[in-house]
Amino acid sequence: MIIPNIQRKAKNPLVNLIGIIVAFAVLVILVRTGVVSTYISGILMTICISIIMATSLNIATGFLGQIALGHCGFMAIGAYTSALITKAMANSNILVGAGAPNFFRFLIAIIIGGALAAIFGMLVGIPALRLKGDYLAIITLGFGEIIRVVIQNLKFCGGNGLSQGAAGQALVGISRISNIYVVYWITVVCVFLMYCFVRSRYGRALMAIREDDVSSGATGLNVTYYKVLAFTFSAFFAGIAGGIFAHYIGSLSINNFTFMKSVEYVIMVVFGGMGSLTGSIVAGGILSALPEALRRFAEYRMLVYSIALIVVVIFKPTGLLGTREFSLTNVLSRFFGKGKAEIKDGGQDE
Amino acid sequence: MSDTPVLKTVNLGINFGGLKAVDDFNIEIMQGELVGLIGPNGAGKTTVFNLLTGVYAPTEGDIFISGKRVNGLKPHQFVAEGIARTFQNIRLFKQMSVIDNVKIACDQSIKYKLGGGLLHSKLYWDEEQRVHEKALELLKLFNLDTKADFVASNLPYGQQRKLEIARALATDMKILLLDEPAAGMNPVETAELLDSINMIRDKFGIAILLIEHDMSLVMNVCERITVIDYGRTIARGLPSEVSNNPDVIAAYLGTDD
Ligand SMILES: Nc1ncnc2c1ncn2[C@@H]1O[C@H](COP(=O)(O)OP(=O)(O)OP(=O)(O)O)[C@@H](O)[C@H]1O
Ligand SMILES: [Mg+2]
Repeated sequence: MIIPNIQRKAKNPLVNLIGIIVAFAVLVILVRTGVVSTYISGILMTICISIIMATSLNIATGFLGQIALGHCGFMAIGAYTSALITKAMANSNILVGAGAPNFFRFLIAIIIGGALAAIFGMLVGIPALRLKGDYLAIITLGFGEIIRVVIQNLKFCGGNGLSQGAAGQALVGISRISNIYVVYWITVVCVFLMYCFVRSRYGRALMAIREDDVSSGATGLNVTYYKVLAFTFSAFFAGIAGGIFAHYIGSLSINNFTFMKSVEYVIMVVFGGMGSLTGSIVAGGILSALPEALRRFAEYRMLVYSIALIVVVIFKPTGLLGTREFSLTNVLSRFFGKGKAEIKDGGQDE
Repeated sequence: MSDTPVLKTVNLGINFGGLKAVDDFNIEIMQGELVGLIGPNGAGKTTVFNLLTGVYAPTEGDIFISGKRVNGLKPHQFVAEGIARTFQNIRLFKQMSVIDNVKIACDQSIKYKLGGGLLHSKLYWDEEQRVHEKALELLKLFNLDTKADFVASNLPYGQQRKLEIARALATDMKILLLDEPAAGMNPVETAELLDSINMIRDKFGIAILLIEHDMSLVMNVCERITVIDYGRTIARGLPSEVSNNPDVIAAYLGTDD
């Protein structure tokens, strides 16, 4: 019997890397020539944020199979934490200035923001050990709302408590140091890490637990550990996305992180396919660009979302890509008529 | 080998809110032995397995694996101690590939950690390659290697049973618990299963505890048999002794089975 060498498939990353660099070069050219205006680069930024949010939510919802309705809570933690950190650094003149210092300040802040979000993700992971399905969805919903309300009432987050009315106040004066080049690469790194994660023992374990947690335990998986890890990991990237958001938008109002926002990300995951990271990327791109394209009908955004979702669910119940991953190598080999594509389109094996 | 039993239980019992599903259950299994566990429907056989794999914590008694007391451990810790099982109603990871089903059971032996997994380090590639080869080898034993990339739920019933056994073997256990592996199989499949069981014993030298309703299978392969009814042990001994035991005959004739 010939045992295939799994390392042979390592050429895929190279093709993907070239694709990513080409896309970046195109982006730089478009920005330089002025084709990408500030307005469009803002949209691109939103797309990047949505991609990180949707792919990270997919870890908990698609791979582990637990519908989580509080993903924006983690985003809020990352956003506020990183904003407070860069503000504090600016006040004490640490790493301030154009170029590299700004970049390091930004990076440090969003990583700490992500880490704090991850700690809260761990806390949500613990009830996830006992609850499943609808019950867990409700717990995550509640948790997201708790985070929102707590932040709303924190003075240092711009909140002035309920005495000021439900709207509260915004956290203002955050330096707008998210720039599209940096955000592009952060998104690439985040997606790369998540991709590696799901293509390792970790992703395999999460899928097994999704399929059957009793036999997961009986085959030696530490179900507790993997579940908590999935929620922690997922929340970390939501925190990163929040950090990018804060430093793009410049002022934070807690209304950016409502339950409905979390639902939008769930929709992206379902739309792209639960268990397909590339599906989430495509869905994140389409569904966050769509409202801009339909700017004049902004208030009908949720309607468009719902219709898009219903159409997908009717014609492709598993989402755009199902559990498969889009692979540039396969497309190329098909495109150039190299005959037989890989045995399975991506699939779960590597 | 050593004379410590691979598996030993002392007065094992569990109480489901008043119902004693298993009571005073004692068994000793030495390395390489094949022991049968039989009894009418609802006797408590599967519950014994659930106790022996940490699905339920016993309310009485103790479990020892190779002399180590394992009460109160989690299921994955039972696996680490060297016990693996199959389920009465097949419980595969249905939507995963056949080979991934086996790879999951190798998880405890995988050496790379989160960092290696996130960056696909050299150790990651080495370990994934090793696990891939090991899984293929196990599948080959059951002639499933050609179906490695199939989705598990697409396999025919008999092969799903085999895959479940292959998966259990991948945990590197010392004792294997098989819960009615021949249930729902036709005579040809049952004969194949018998071959598989004998092959496993020869190749791996492990102990097996077998629950089975197919009497010819039990009488053929088991060296010793324990019979339970209503959670209590009513007979134990050689197949010939047990099949002539009046209590056993009464228990079987006294039910619809
Ligand atoms: N989790 C539980 N809670 C309450 N009662 C239970 C539980 N699990 C099993 N029982 C009861 O324990 C008894 C033994 O069940 P068990 O499944 O072990 O029987 P069995 O010998 O495997 O039967 P079969 O041959 O039908 O598989 C039954 O009366 C069952 O209803
Ligand atoms: Mg049973």
